Amino acid sequence: MKILVPVKRVIDANIKVRVSADNSAVDLNNVKMSMNPFCEIAVEEAVRLKEKGIASEIVAITIGDEKSQEQLRTAMALGVDRSIWIEQAGNIEPLSIAKLLKAVVDKESPDLVILGKQSIDGDNNQVGQMLAALCNMPQGTFAYKLEIEDGRAIVSREIDGGEQVVSLALPAVVTTDLRLNEPRYAKLPDIMKAKKKPIDHLTPADLGIEISSSLKTLSVKEPAGRSAGVIVNSAQELIDKLRNEAKVIS
Amino acid sequence: MSVLVIAEHNNKKLNALTGNVITAAAKIDADVHILVAGNDCSAVAESSAEYDGVSKVLLADKPSHEHHLPESLGPLVIELATNYTAILLAASTTGKNLAPRVAALLDVAQISDIVAVEAADTFVRPVYAGNALATVQSNDSIKIITVRTSAFDETASGNTKAPIEYVDFALEQDSSRFVSENLAVSERPELAAASIVISGGRGLGSAENFQILEKLADKLGAAIGASRAAVDAGYVGNDLQVGQTGKIVAPDLYIAVGISGAIQHLAGMKDSKVIVAINSDADAPIFQVADYGLVADLFQVLPEIDALLS
Ligand SMILES: Cc1cc2nc3c(=O)[nH]c(=O)nc-3n(C[C@H](O)[C@H](O)[C@H](O)COP(=O)(O)OP(=O)(O)OC[C@H]3O[C@@H](n4cnc5c(N)ncnc54)[C@H](O)[C@@H]3O)c2cc1C
Ligand SMILES: Nc1ncnc2c1ncn2[C@@H]1O[C@H](COP(=O)(O)O)[C@@H](O)[C@H]1O
Repeated sequence: MKILVPVKRVIDANIKVRVSADNSAVDLNNVKMSMNPFCEIAVEEAVRLKEKGIASEIVAITIGDEKSQEQLRTAMALGVDRSIWIEQAGNIEPLSIAKLLKAVVDKESPDLVILGKQSIDGDNNQVGQMLAALCNMPQGTFAYKLEIEDGRAIVSREIDGGEQVVSLALPAVVTTDLRLNEPRYAKLPDIMKAKKKPIDHLTPADLGIEISSSLKTLSVKEPAGRSAGVIVNSAQELIDKLRNEAKVIS
Repeated sequence: MSVLVIAEHNNKKLNALTGNVITAAAKIDADVHILVAGNDCSAVAESSAEYDGVSKVLLADKPSHEHHLPESLGPLVIELATNYTAILLAASTTGKNLAPRVAALLDVAQISDIVAVEAADTFVRPVYAGNALATVQSNDSIKIITVRTSAFDETASGNTKAPIEYVDFALEQDSSRFVSENLAVSERPELAAASIVISGGRGLGSAENFQILEKLADKLGAAIGASRAAVDAGYVGNDLQVGQTGKIVAPDLYIAVGISGAIQHLAGMKDSKVIVAINSDADAPIFQVADYGLVADLFQVLPEIDALLS
């Protein structure tokens, strides 16, 4: 079984972002960038399926500028066999990402595509579902457990109010939730080995895809801040304030 | 042209979040239709018809729609889409599952998690875990939108009754099969709709200790929430997680107990009206957003608070 894992380079999850002075974007100059945490989980899940003998090959793919190759190297250090880099700088809308991924799915014919459920920069939560639609594949989003049984993917999903299990015919699209697994760290020898693994370089034009955009960002602003309130000294004082000052409890 | 809201429900009962989505929809166009897709769900259509401003309810009542699988609902929504300028869903797990599928099939963008409607084509949405608010303008002929329901009031209902129209469309598919569902049953109010939420974090230390919070919640009529760390540690189910990747809440009162205040947690609760933080570490970032902070050992003060509420 072949698994395709799309990964995205994003601002590191521990960094608090700043909005640029002209309110046009978020300032990404000189900030630490990493693999999107949900994509790390996707890579980990694919590697585990290979370790269990279920998967035979894992291909990572990213759409981004030159530097996004770093995330492909990381993925390969974690156990991905080879990578595809689609060179396209700038902010690309999820639908275009999904179209590019579909073009690669058509070429590679994977049995499973595992994506993160959400990129932590745009917080879109779209690409996996869009890819599934474009490829006419079933989708198992927000997965916290994934099993392959009798040629189907059994996906346990985190949903509002509880959990749901669906059974999907392969090929299928799965998106990861945080609870699916805990990603490993890359070991130094594996990081060295990953430098020799191949990265295929493509452009959207090679795939016959035109990048389009239907959303225009008019402004990016800092949300109204909250200022710290008061520190109370006792449970008694807290309850008094909530009852008589904030009037939120009776 | 009109706008379409896809109702959220469990085939028996309409989820009140639908009323918040209608409020957002009505800011785009005054003529709002509702789609109720499910199985044996006519009661849901009846209650949907009672929302103010709704001019028509479409009822797609078929066994294949029972579990709201996007593989079966997507083609249904596409059938109806050309009649609308916008289609809105709650940014719930059901809405997030379906909306991008619909958008891709229509070859249009999806606008996620809007918190304001500036104009019929212009919306505000949080990005970067709520650390920035982007205003985006769409030039698509059909706008597919998910709505952050905590940012909009619920539309009133019970004053009118819109006509209900049947939609006879079903697509049999076997690529995706529903297997099972395990829904938490609770007497407490729903997290997303509660006016008071009391959340516990890693500081609670165990599932048993969450019972202290539950006792308080029952006295306050509050819903229980949790940080991701508490969920990961198995103290409570994932459906209680508040944050960037969990539920977004904005109650009148949010009480964070033993929660440090990571940006991903703040993303889910910082629009609450009043925030209380109880934490033994005076430097915990949660105090920077709290209206009332109590630097104390939770195991000492929670019983005191419990006694004061009696
Ligand atoms: C991609 C991504 C998405 C995420 N999404 C979410 C999300 O949606 N929601 C979320 O919550 N997190 C999320 N996280 C995790 C987040 O970064 C934090 O790790 C998490 O919120 C920490 O939970 P916590 O505050 O309970 O634990 P900790 O950070 O460990 O804090 C525990 C707190 O309890 C206090 N404490 C301990 N004992 C006591 C006591 N006896 N009395 C009083 N106080 C005590 C401590 O002082 C400390 O401040 C996400 C992380 C990533 C990378
Ligand atoms: N530029 C990209 N390159 C590769 N994969 C991506 C890219 N953008 C998004 N994805 C994938 O889609 C998932 C969901 O992203 P999003 O829909 O943007 O929240 C991510 O976790 C990735 O797996």
